[in-house]
Amino acid sequence: MNAASLRRLRGLLRKEFLQILRDPSSLAVAFVLPTVLLLIFGDGVSLDARNVPLALVVERPDTLTASFTSQFEHSPFFRPRRFFSIQAAERAMAAREVEGIIWLPSDFTRRAASSGNSPIGVIVNGADANNARIIEGYLQQAWANWLVAQARADGRPSPLPLAAQPQVRFNPAVRSRNYLVPGLIAVIMTLTGALLTALVIAREWERGTMEALMVTRATMREILIAKLIPYFLLGMGGMAASVAIAVFLFDVPLRGSLAVLTGASALFMLAALGMGLLISSFARNQFVAGQIAIITTFLPAFILSGFVFDINSMPGAVQIITHVVAARYFVAILQSVFLAGNVWSVILPNAAALAVMAAIFLGAARIVTRKRLD
Amino acid sequence: MWRQVVALIVKELLVVLRDKQSRMVLVGPPLIQLMVFGYAATYNLNNVPIAIYNQDNSAPSRDLVARFTGSPTLQLVAVLHSDRRIDELIDSRQVQMVLVIDPRFTQSLLTRVPAPVQVIVDGRNSNTALLIVGYVNTILSEFALAWDAAHGNPGPMAVLDMRARYNPTLNSQWFIVPGIVAVLTQVVTLLVVGLSVARERETGTFDQLLVTPLRQFDILLGKCLPGILIGVIEASVIIAAAVWWFDVPLRGGLSALYLGLFLFVIAVTGIGLMISALAMTQQQALLGAFLFMVPSIILSGFATPIANMPAWVQDLTLLNPMRYFLVIVRGVFLEGSSVSSLASQYWPMAVIGVVTLAAAGWLFRRRAY
Repeated sequence: MNAASLRRLRGLLRKEFLQILRDPSSLAVAFVLPTVLLLIFGDGVSLDARNVPLALVVERPDTLTASFTSQFEHSPFFRPRRFFSIQAAERAMAAREVEGIIWLPSDFTRRAASSGNSPIGVIVNGADANNARIIEGYLQQAWANWLVAQARADGRPSPLPLAAQPQVRFNPAVRSRNYLVPGLIAVIMTLTGALLTALVIAREWERGTMEALMVTRATMREILIAKLIPYFLLGMGGMAASVAIAVFLFDVPLRGSLAVLTGASALFMLAALGMGLLISSFARNQFVAGQIAIITTFLPAFILSGFVFDINSMPGAVQIITHVVAARYFVAILQSVFLAGNVWSVILPNAAALAVMAAIFLGAARIVTRKRLD
Repeated sequence: MWRQVVALIVKELLVVLRDKQSRMVLVGPPLIQLMVFGYAATYNLNNVPIAIYNQDNSAPSRDLVARFTGSPTLQLVAVLHSDRRIDELIDSRQVQMVLVIDPRFTQSLLTRVPAPVQVIVDGRNSNTALLIVGYVNTILSEFALAWDAAHGNPGPMAVLDMRARYNPTLNSQWFIVPGIVAVLTQVVTLLVVGLSVARERETGTFDQLLVTPLRQFDILLGKCLPGILIGVIEASVIIAAAVWWFDVPLRGGLSALYLGLFLFVIAVTGIGLMISALAMTQQQALLGAFLFMVPSIILSGFATPIANMPAWVQDLTLLNPMRYFLVIVRGVFLEGSSVSSLASQYWPMAVIGVVTLAAAGWLFRRRAY
């Protein structure tokens, strides 16, 4: 790059910065969009079941059944409602008024006192399978606690032969927001990266100023670099705002270092901008560009990145596909940097993958974007 | 009058279907996404990598270990002989869970003191962590039950007898695949409708439409129906794939499903037309479609339940047609819901459809001249 080229680049950069400052729409996409989305989604996206409406059917109430059902009364997890027959409870479940039913049959206390192993009927609405499993887990915990408490009250040894001690590392309170908010940042930044670049190139074409740029001595490479630098900075600004919201508003711990976070974000931002550039110069018409943008950015970042759905549990073929989704690597880094700290064995391979993707997308965008008139 | 509207509809369909790229985009990507997402979007546990540190080398502890290694859900990747590597394995995500069996395991079992079993789980994905803890608890309960039975212990005074209605094996694919019907139908319909008016305005042909004998209502109709048609056809293909490819049970009637689908597509069309009427260029229409689509999918109950959202976000979701359609698709598929039991889901979509279409019509009139 010689002196003339540098001078041209400086001129182009000045133009881009002035354009950004005078037209607030790109500032809006870079800052307002991510913060508003994160505020709404950060509050809205949660897998922690709370206040689950639960039907209690106690056919013959006594002190033993009361000791079992009372633990649901003040639990943050359940909102119990009494029903007088199992049929009525089933009807309420069919009408989606309750998510689960606990049924203590009339011979519950008699069987508990004589033979033991007295069955407690539990029926959950399995339509939302994940929620159903979480509810089952809560109920299992409640049951074990009740058994131990009853035995202690009677002065008997613990009725359970095993004492399971689950220990959830990095997130002992098992707060789903702690892992969903870092993932959301990746999803939102994918979106802003793609949208920003869509604005970048398409606006020049639309206003016809691309042709004006083409007849100057500036090369396509200089034009692209001048486009990338300011929007890269804008994207990083949006990223910083998102991290601040996550830490200060949503109380997600940030255990790793800011330097690592910044480095990883820079690599991801380059990949996202490169992908956006590639899309906007690839597709002939906007309908196709729009479809491709949604298909290749938002939906994969949402579903294939490990943001909500665990990549380990996907079938092998799908796991291979996830390797071309840039958000996948960024989500892995974000979840580790936020919750676990600077875990180099996670950060280095994923950062390398991001660097490779950024190089490929930017290189391809450079090749595809030509000075052309059509 | 009808002949003219039909002509406009044919023209709209031709605009979308004539171009090879556009045609491909309508058919290929939704099907690819259905296949990829149908398998990817799962809350089921599969191939969970685990490590086991058994400090009590005896028959009972080996029996417990066998229950873990024999499980199709878990995958043993490391057998540990000290606790040194536990942190490293968990930190680097090589394993998602470590089972640590205490040296006093057998002794405790025989003396009827609760035998300590430590389960260390990677909580970076807390949902997976909860599912793993739940699954491990099930294995441990089965072991405890078998132990009690074999040693003549009385067992606990009560046991849980758990069942799940509508989806007995709790297969999350049954929940997600019907959801994908809603997501993809919305993506396709919104783009077809959302860009149609903006495209005409950008190329200047909208003015030509206005000077034809067509009334504005006819133009609106001609813009709506192709989107509705394409949306319903696209959805039908995905529904067929859900039933025959993914084997999701379709327990309710098609009338309940298609009434919901029809109202949903109308509501999405109304929103798409509004975006189209507000946008001056296709670029803006695309931005608008994006800005509507992302929140509407994330706040629809597709991946995370609406019941878990705070009240103000729950109120916000009432404006989202997809929220209602998801209840309908899943209700009809899994619970066999009928038209009457879904009435509370139909009318809000109808209201959204009427309001957005009326607003779009009004915006057209204002923007036409």
